[in-house]
Amino acid sequence: MTAFPDFALAGPELLLAAGALLLLLIGAYGSEKRSSLVSGLSVLLLLVAAVAVVIGRDGSTFGGAFVVDGFARFLKVLVLIGSAVAVVMTQRFAVAEKFFHFELPVLIVLATIGMLLMISAGDLIAVYLGLELQSLALYVVASFHRDDGRSTEAGLKYFVLGALSSGMLLYGASLIYGFTGHVDFAGIAAAAAAGGSTSLGLTFGIVFVATGIAFKVSAVPFHMWTPDVYEGAPTPVTAFFAAAPKIAAMALFVRVVMEALGPVKAEWQQIVAFMSLASMILGAFAAIGQRNIKRLMAYSSIGHMGYALVGLAAGSEAGIYGILIYLATYLAMTAGAFAVILSMRRDGAMTEDIESLAGLSRTNPTVAYLLGIIMFSLAGIPPFAGFFGKYFVFAAAINAGLYWLAVIGILSSVVGAYYYLRIVKIMFLDEPKGAFEPMGGEMKAVLGISGLFVAAFALVLGPLGDAALAAARTLF
Amino acid sequence: MIQALFFYLFAAVTIASAVMVISSRNPVHSVLFLILAFVNAAGLFMLAGAEFLALLLIVVYVGAVAVLFLFVVMMLDVDFVELRQGFMQYLPIGVLVGLIFLAELLMVAGAWVFAPEATATATAPIPDPAQVSNTLALGQLLYTRYVYFFQVAGFVLLVAMIGAITLTLRHRAYVRRQNISVQVARTRATAIEVKHVEPGRGL
Repeated sequence: MTAFPDFALAGPELLLAAGALLLLLIGAYGSEKRSSLVSGLSVLLLLVAAVAVVIGRDGSTFGGAFVVDGFARFLKVLVLIGSAVAVVMTQRFAVAEKFFHFELPVLIVLATIGMLLMISAGDLIAVYLGLELQSLALYVVASFHRDDGRSTEAGLKYFVLGALSSGMLLYGASLIYGFTGHVDFAGIAAAAAAGGSTSLGLTFGIVFVATGIAFKVSAVPFHMWTPDVYEGAPTPVTAFFAAAPKIAAMALFVRVVMEALGPVKAEWQQIVAFMSLASMILGAFAAIGQRNIKRLMAYSSIGHMGYALVGLAAGSEAGIYGILIYLATYLAMTAGAFAVILSMRRDGAMTEDIESLAGLSRTNPTVAYLLGIIMFSLAGIPPFAGFFGKYFVFAAAINAGLYWLAVIGILSSVVGAYYYLRIVKIMFLDEPKGAFEPMGGEMKAVLGISGLFVAAFALVLGPLGDAALAAARTLF
Repeated sequence: MIQALFFYLFAAVTIASAVMVISSRNPVHSVLFLILAFVNAAGLFMLAGAEFLALLLIVVYVGAVAVLFLFVVMMLDVDFVELRQGFMQYLPIGVLVGLIFLAELLMVAGAWVFAPEATATATAPIPDPAQVSNTLALGQLLYTRYVYFFQVAGFVLLVAMIGAITLTLRHRAYVRRQNISVQVARTRATAIEVKHVEPGRGL
């Protein structure tokens, strides 16, 4: 008989799982009025789980399938904050657009469990199960506004393409298992290192696994779903998609290639470098012509994932450090930008047109200045947060000898600055087109906090950087 | 001897009913033949000593999947005869694909090498079937070493269920629902009305 596994390490996940089941019961047996209670409790649950993650201890359990280390903890806190912010921003919007059901926050919590499992995955089975738990919940959330044709279309597209990518991932995982004889990362790394030259089968496996994960990160050339899903899905759901799942998928990517495939760096480095390059360029150029702000954010997120992948292509401790800082700043910028997008309501209806931001500096100067700061940060202009993320990943790439990647990255971020600054120009220089409806209190709070974080990032870089450095070190 | 007899019996019935599944004109008959094929395949598993798989096949495939098929066939108005029009014209290409598959299978089976070190590296060695039934062996592994995967898989199924319900369930106002407590609380006074009818008049 095997020893009883250590469940305490998975405390935050167990807490979320039990909480999700409880919320489901509250929602199912409570009256319709109580569904806002479910939202409130979900936020509380996610924040309590974040605290549990911070005070938890390191280790691995379930036969090495579940790993808790500094890296996992740092990213889990980011994911939990991202999900909590998403639930906060969803509630009022979904009620106003009449598609709110209590299942929405519960599904977000369940997706978050999947993300935490992805971040903690220590073997290929855990990778797949975590990914499926997350994706399945996301497919449903994307088509949650089921009376809206675009939402159901987004959900269906996401589901079909997501199922395809899961299939690719599974195929790659089976090849890796077949050619190394292990599903756990340590075993795969040992078998890959022992082989001397990499077998062709393992290389194929790496390609397929990278394809499957790149789909979830929406790295070019597996990004096609992103603009359509982001545009079609209900806006708060888009806000959720743009932050937490991206962070989890990136964490998974880092862990799989660094821990399992670390010894065969030459095999995956070129794949990652190519995807990073293509994502940066496509993100910069394809967003220029966009009129819809949700599509713009989709291309922007493709580009940002490209920049984060630069750090992974470097494959060094400094590169991982850069990714962690990048993801933290990306989370704050996305949350702030979507708080404004969700508040773009005029005459009781949502507008998604970028032009409708015209003259915001005169109708609502505070929001205009905060969004302006976030746009400058997204463009990577110092001294805002986005600059530091880009600086660290590019510095890591140069130290790793990937000069061309860093140069093209910097050039494409100059191109990308055009469309971010165009939004600033529309807000500050164009004639006003009438005021938006007043922002909800929770949107103000999200925008205020993220704007402040982005503006004063140089001050928090010290403690955050220490945590990120400790987290990056655990992978080496 | 008796084992061989049963093997040929099960195998022959499985193949015969599989042929009937695709060739019978009535879709309901097809599903019934499918169930027959499943039950006989379960018999084959039983003969091979895999009693867990045999029971699983009956419980899951016969009990759930085949009944579901039957529901679909009977409730949806699909004209299977029309669907099958020109079915035979695909026979040559079907036979060709079948032959290619057969050749591939023979090549794979012919080149099959069982790596001798594979049994040693297995995370959980296969117990002696004479000592432990395979239901017990699976259970011991699934609920100890793989308890994490088992539970997460359960959550994936839960999400699928929640998703299916949220995306499809509609509360229609005009649907009359059963309310058991109201039904039980009915008394004779609320349920029937006594009319005095004078003889020869009618109501």
